Amino acid sequence: MSLKAWIVTGAFIGGLAVPVLAAAGQDAVLAQYKTQAIAADPAFAGFSAKRGAELYKSSNSAGGPDTPSCSSCHTASPLKAGMTRAGKAIEPMAVSASPSRFTDIAKTEKWFGRNCKTVLGRACSAQEKGDFITYLSGL
Amino acid sequence: MRIVFAALLTVFTSLPALAYRVAPVADKVTQTECGACHMVYPAALLPARSWDAITADLANHFGEDASLEQTVVDGIKAYLMANAGDVAGDGRGLIRGLPQDQTPLRITELPMFTRIHGNFSPRTMKKIGVAGNCSFCHQAATKGMFEDD
Repeated sequence: MSLKAWIVTGAFIGGLAVPVLAAAGQDAVLAQYKTQAIAADPAFAGFSAKRGAELYKSSNSAGGPDTPSCSSCHTASPLKAGMTRAGKAIEPMAVSASPSRFTDIAKTEKWFGRNCKTVLGRACSAQEKGDFITYLSGL
Repeated sequence: MRIVFAALLTVFTSLPALAYRVAPVADKVTQTECGACHMVYPAALLPARSWDAITADLANHFGEDASLEQTVVDGIKAYLMANAGDVAGDGRGLIRGLPQDQTPLRITELPMFTRIHGNFSPRTMKKIGVAGNCSFCHQAATKGMFEDD
């Protein structure tokens, strides 16, 4: 391949990478939950880190007896590594400590799906998910 | 007599520590999905009927919801059942002595497990968390190696 062809190819790939990068991070996932939250409640007024923190720290009785709270496995501080009940380390939940958190919608949905049921005994709403991510993105 | 004893002693002390070896999980999806929460238990540690029962109820997985898409579950189930102790193995090892009409969901419920380990003391349990945390003592457990120490 000639030098010119390399440059053209490089510029093309670079051009593609920009919008991909812009959509990376937690914004893309949050945008999806925002759309769902508005659909569920037209009066939706934005996500709240405060409500997210309350959800993280809340103690619940409707879920599994060993998992009343997010902090049961993730510890009281999302900046610290947690541990599963089976003894495996969990990377911190805070985005500042684990930048890849909430960047993949399928993975995010998988874990909300499982853990909302395990901890709360029910599914989480789009607003709760967005609040939670907003809280953990701002630590 | 003394020489025989000394010779025997040399043989025994030069032998490597006893180790139980089974094939580690080779399937990438099984490694990733099961390994997200706990050590990746080699398939040979349970009979196929146990893997069948475990993968049939991942929504209630030892007190956790470990649900996965059905296509993913099917792949994991097929791998674990094909490599189970009574299918790929010779039925010996940890599943030896397990009655055919029993389908344990926990490796720690196997008769051989208790025979080898006895009952863990409360002090040990406090350290290891759960009895199935093999890697706490057997550091190469996910590689299918369980050293005798």
